[in-house]
Amino acid sequence: MIAHDLEPVVLEEQIDQWRSYLRRRQAIHSVDVAELEDHLREQVAGLVNAGLATDEAFLVAVKRMGALDALSREFAREHSDRLWKQLVVVPSDSGEPRAAARTDAIVAFCLAVTAAVFIKVPALFGIQIDQDAGFYARNVSFFVLPLLTGYFVWKRRLDTSARRRLAVAFVPFVAAGVFANVYPFLPAGYTETLAALHLPIVLWLVVGIAYAGGRWRQVAGRMDFIRFSGELFIYFVLIALGGGVLTAFMAMLFRAIGIDPEPFFESWLLPCGAVGAVVVGSWLVEAKQSVIENMAPVLTRLFTPLFATVLVAFLGTLLWTGRGIDIERNLLIAFDLLLVVVLGLLLYSLSARDPRSAPGAFDVVQVVLVGSALVADAIALWAIAGRVSDFGFSPNRVAALGENVILLVNLAWSVGLYIRFLRGRGSFSDLERWQTEYLWVYAVWAAIVVVAFPPVFGYI
Amino acid sequence: MDINKDLIAASSTPIVLAILAEGDSYGYAILKRVRELSGGRMAWTDGMLYPVLHRLERLGHVEARWEEAETGRRRKYYRITPGGRAQLAEERKQWQAVDATLREIWRALSLPLTASHLASAAPLPQGV
Repeated sequence: MIAHDLEPVVLEEQIDQWRSYLRRRQAIHSVDVAELEDHLREQVAGLVNAGLATDEAFLVAVKRMGALDALSREFAREHSDRLWKQLVVVPSDSGEPRAAARTDAIVAFCLAVTAAVFIKVPALFGIQIDQDAGFYARNVSFFVLPLLTGYFVWKRRLDTSARRRLAVAFVPFVAAGVFANVYPFLPAGYTETLAALHLPIVLWLVVGIAYAGGRWRQVAGRMDFIRFSGELFIYFVLIALGGGVLTAFMAMLFRAIGIDPEPFFESWLLPCGAVGAVVVGSWLVEAKQSVIENMAPVLTRLFTPLFATVLVAFLGTLLWTGRGIDIERNLLIAFDLLLVVVLGLLLYSLSARDPRSAPGAFDVVQVVLVGSALVADAIALWAIAGRVSDFGFSPNRVAALGENVILLVNLAWSVGLYIRFLRGRGSFSDLERWQTEYLWVYAVWAAIVVVAFPPVFGYI
Repeated sequence: MDINKDLIAASSTPIVLAILAEGDSYGYAILKRVRELSGGRMAWTDGMLYPVLHRLERLGHVEARWEEAETGRRRKYYRITPGGRAQLAEERKQWQAVDATLREIWRALSLPLTASHLASAAPLPQGV
């Protein structure tokens, strides 16, 4: 044999490269790549035995294998399903990842069941969902978010020092539990509703710290958490829709035999299903993140131009007709929600954008969207400010105003950074950094609403 | 001689099934056997065999298993199933019918391949 010492190394490199080309083909799975690689090696060995040099043998073997495009097409024809990315919860490739994926699935389902059990525990002490809605509204976070945090602590397999820091992270849960339950809220009062709405926001940050594992301090780690939150929201909505269909059929079937399933829905299916769905949704987002295109950026692409058009049309009409804004009770909340949606559109297009690519038309649309939302919100705020003395400062109004200011500041600064980026004066990562740093502001404001508002406004 | 693609595609099922009926095998060895049997005249593009094998596997004509080969690498072996044998018998009947028909018509024509109406075309390789 003429084999030189170097040749096997070169051959391995060439095979590696060839393999990586194959792997890029969607229709060819890694098992098939392994099968084809075995073929290629056999062919090379055969040709070397016949007297060819290794590199020549490799070239001939690759040529005989056929053009990649044609090969990929043949595989696609046989496995057309592969062009639809499948959620493979337990990958069929052998080895360790498979076992890990299965353990992961089992742990997630156990936690979902635990959450479902947790939410029924208060019922043992006579606290029923239909009678003590306030209790459940204030405490719903505690039935599921600590479990989710635990899941990520387990999944990220944090080292001991990070774990100790996370043990500290459970302190907020305890503290929040105290605040939510010792304050003498007026039943169904404003401050109770506000606390119930804002508590999950504070605690979601704790989940985020666990989710990011050791990467919470990095922009990328926090950006991943933003991505995760968006995807989880979409999965949760999808699961809820499916649950609605299931419930409708159950109702129809049981009513047909004269049994009213409604009490069962209200006290069992709905609460247990909802908390379980949060855990299962989180696990699904984790399991499929590399398999399926993320949904949030796709929806963002679709709706950013539409929202921008609506807002520009609104501003144009306002200017053209000279109409004033009718101030009614929920106007501020409506504009808060508008800013949240705009922020969501901004965040999820940021999250899917390659920071290195140059500014494009979509970035301009984005700036138009955020800019017009800011102008619309400023007009609304102006109108409200003129009559704020007529309304007085109720807790709801202060909270809504605070949120409006927070969102306004965020979006105004974002649009500034975005324009700098479009003019080539700043980098895109400034925008990412700004958004990820700002997560703290939401959490701190939500914490103020939970902790300070009830005593300040007298628990009304 | 290049055999037309449709013919290769049509004949691949009986050929692969028949080779597997001789004994369990794997991709490279199947191709080697094809080359042997055809005297090198049936040149398949190597990679194209695998989609064929996967189709036969999906149809239940063959079953696959991963095993460690003598080289130490993991290799995917194929084995013909009873369903595959039935399919092979069926294909064989069909191909025999086609073959018999063609033989009859060749004999009836009893003309050499380089007939007058082909003479103007490009010269055909000899010895066919």
